Amino acid sequence: MTPKHADDTGSHERNLMNTPETPEAQLASVAAVEDAKLAASQDSLSQGRLVFRRFIRHKPAMISAAVLLVLIVVSMTSIGIFGIKGWWPHDFKTTSVATNGGVPSAEHWFGQEDIGRDYFALVMSGTQVSLIVAFLVGISGTVLGTVLGAVAGYYRGWIDAIIMRIADIFFVIPLLLIAAIVAKTASGAIASPWFLGIMLGVVSWAGLARLVRAQVLTLREREYVEAARAMGASSWRIILKHLIPNCIGTVLVNATLATASAVLLETSLSFLGFGVKAPDSSLGLLISQYQNSFTTRPWLFWWPGLIILIIALSVNFIGDGLRDAFDPRQSGRVKKRNLAAAALMGIRPIAVPTATERTEEAVGNRPPSGTGGIEPAVGPVGAAEEDRKDEEGKR
Amino acid sequence: MMRTRESATHGEVVLDIRDLKVAFAAGDTAKLAVKGLDLQVKAGEVVALVGESGSGKSVTSLSTMGLLPPNAMVSGSVEVTGHQVIGLPEERMRKLRATEIAMVFQEPMTALNPVLTVEQQLTEALETHNLAFGQAARDRAISLLERVGIPDAAKRIKQYPHQFSGGQRQRIVIAMALTCEPKVIIADEPTTALDVTVQADVLDLLRELKDDLGVGILLITHNMGVVADMADRVSVMFMGDLVEEGTVQDILYRPQHPYTQALLAAVPRLTDVALTHDDEAGRLEAERVAAAAAADREVVLSAKNIAIDYKVKSGVFRAAEGVSFDVAAGETTALVGESGSGKSTVAKAVLGLLPTAEGELRVQGRDLARLKGKEAKLARRAIGVVFQDPAASLDPRFPIGDCIMEPMVVHKVGSKADRVARAKELLAAVKLPADVLNRYPHELSGGQKQRVGIARALVLDPTVLIADEPTSALDVSVQATVLEMLKEIQADFGFACLFVSHDLAVVDHLADNVVVMKRGQVVEQGPTEQVLHFPQEDYTKELLAAAPVPDPDAQKVRREARHRLLGMGAS
Repeated sequence: MTPKHADDTGSHERNLMNTPETPEAQLASVAAVEDAKLAASQDSLSQGRLVFRRFIRHKPAMISAAVLLVLIVVSMTSIGIFGIKGWWPHDFKTTSVATNGGVPSAEHWFGQEDIGRDYFALVMSGTQVSLIVAFLVGISGTVLGTVLGAVAGYYRGWIDAIIMRIADIFFVIPLLLIAAIVAKTASGAIASPWFLGIMLGVVSWAGLARLVRAQVLTLREREYVEAARAMGASSWRIILKHLIPNCIGTVLVNATLATASAVLLETSLSFLGFGVKAPDSSLGLLISQYQNSFTTRPWLFWWPGLIILIIALSVNFIGDGLRDAFDPRQSGRVKKRNLAAAALMGIRPIAVPTATERTEEAVGNRPPSGTGGIEPAVGPVGAAEEDRKDEEGKR
Repeated sequence: MMRTRESATHGEVVLDIRDLKVAFAAGDTAKLAVKGLDLQVKAGEVVALVGESGSGKSVTSLSTMGLLPPNAMVSGSVEVTGHQVIGLPEERMRKLRATEIAMVFQEPMTALNPVLTVEQQLTEALETHNLAFGQAARDRAISLLERVGIPDAAKRIKQYPHQFSGGQRQRIVIAMALTCEPKVIIADEPTTALDVTVQADVLDLLRELKDDLGVGILLITHNMGVVADMADRVSVMFMGDLVEEGTVQDILYRPQHPYTQALLAAVPRLTDVALTHDDEAGRLEAERVAAAAAADREVVLSAKNIAIDYKVKSGVFRAAEGVSFDVAAGETTALVGESGSGKSTVAKAVLGLLPTAEGELRVQGRDLARLKGKEAKLARRAIGVVFQDPAASLDPRFPIGDCIMEPMVVHKVGSKADRVARAKELLAAVKLPADVLNRYPHELSGGQKQRVGIARALVLDPTVLIADEPTSALDVSVQATVLEMLKEIQADFGFACLFVSHDLAVVDHLADNVVVMKRGQVVEQGPTEQVLHFPQEDYTKELLAAAPVPDPDAQKVRREARHRLLGMGAS
């Protein structure tokens, strides 16, 4: 018998769908088809590049990345960084007389505050500090969390127990408490955004470490890890080359989310007075300084608030984009153009047939059925045999 | 006990698939998975839908149940006992499921919910379909369990799935499918996850149910032996097309389509097994040949009375004990057994992934357990390994070239150029194009990945190759290619091979010596010719009789032989 497609499908459909003339259909074994496919396929993409491709198609993430980039560039170039002067004429430390009560103007875009400092320069400086803190927390927390989690998951046993108990300690002690204590004991140093960033990173690795550990626990049972061990690879090689790269999805997504929450954490610490201190400024500090101006001079409150919102939102969207890119199954949407492509191929998205009405009636009117006559048919010997096997298996 | 529903009479068409097309939206395109399938199942008959991966057989089964994922598009007609399923709204479809059409899944462990008792799972369908409640539902569930051969059903119905063995779990899944007396049962690879002896029992059960209850069974399988054992009619699918259909005799004895012919030719066969008679002359001849061959062997791997322990909560569990065998250069020794027999444990010990508790394990005369540090690493170089699951045995982040060269990097062998040259040489040996070096594992198919796995195992020119079920995750035709390749390469490279497998036909095809294991003990061992064709131990005989062959007449003989062996009498 031959494939049944010749008689009952339209000629148009047949041409598009059943094409026994292609070389693929001539091959009569799966192995041959696969080899032919491999020889025919051209582009070779690493997993990283596939992920990148999916990421750049993710619109919210790409827009957020652009917004964040603009914000970084503006904050760095406007007032300058590391002593290099930027294009904004005003310095955030110079005081002057607030013209017209400090209302935003062409001269002072974001207005001026109480003692006449330019608020745009202040906000940009605060943005710089907040970004530095956020990225420092993201990087240090991620590196620590990944390495400790991977080591705990790979070695298990007492190493795992020690690392995870330390992680538990960081989980149960509120970050604010740690920050407050460190701020009191190292009163001078805490004011520096660099110190604050590293410190927050050191205390916020525990969540990522747990995630990485869990993933390493499953990855270490994979056969490629076993293969590496069987060929005599060292533990560090296995951790660095095989385990951590395969956790990279979790790590990256978590790193962006940690960065976003670090912005908020820094803000709340500075707001409470445990974080960055004057003359340095940060977004949280600005809000706390001018919270009373909310009704009279709302721009002093809104600008830093808006920038916090932009940073946190865009970093979160980038995290979402990364997660979708690493695990495309999580977003299971069917795109309209796919359906269009399918329609071109002669297939309809599930069509309701004429027989539906009839079926409805048939299902609706079917009488309920009860218990049927059922007798044991498998000989007791067979069943007993299996029971015995079962028993012995458990022993 | 009331019986209001009439069962379908024999010969009535209960499942009618006409011109079924299914496409999946993927990325920017739609891919046709089924390209126009016609299939009928009558009450009281078994129709086997055969095909390899990517043939569309599982998609067909899902579309008959209305279980396709949301990105699927369907056209054509699927009628289940006269009800059109295509386009049926979900709540209507739910009424059909279990009462008209039911499904038996492949993996009984995942088909049963581990946190519910068997009773809860069996009565669930009855109660949701308003067929029986409370005590009536429980009685029916118990009678169903008795029906599928679970002993002491009234008591065991309160237990959880993990308290049953694999075969019993699959019986429970079958009982679940039967709760609402469906007219059609879709059995999607119902025995693939089971050991051969358990598989034979489950197939016996399905056969009886079909005869007694008059249900139509659509049996989806890749195993030609199961087809020969069960099917009345066979449909063969290839790349979404129905390439051939006919009676089981037509297809298995007189295949017309080149694909079917190639597929059948690729199935490894066990032949001439003296199960029912004593062939004294043949046995003596086999022994004589074996003795002659044993004269000049260069033993490179030898195990003497090894025992291996696993640490468990309640102390130690001895996974293997008193295992002895040796493998000579250029020879293949197979470790055979069912799950839990300890065959993979022994292989892992040889690989150095598990310590031996007792006995000696020597590779080229060196005792592996006594070697430390550098020497141990050097001894490792002499052992190559091919794993079972090609998808898991290559690091997805490594290009193929790096995968193959990794052992050379670990052992600091050769320069970069040497390594690339060696990798290309081996890719040629496994018949893959050299440009595969820069590709990634996800671009390759399972069979191709397994060939890369073989290339990696051979990169340091090992004296011993350990192959742990290297083909059990592959399709039949791909398996044939890989096995043939393994044989050729062994002839070229001359390594000794320790081959772990549960498939006796594959072992018969490949191995020189066989070690049959059961629960950590060696049951029988010797030259392949002797052990597999003139088995002495009952367990070996049972294993051989349980392995189905793709030949309906021979399979019938074997089935009866097995029943006699088990003392059941032919049923």
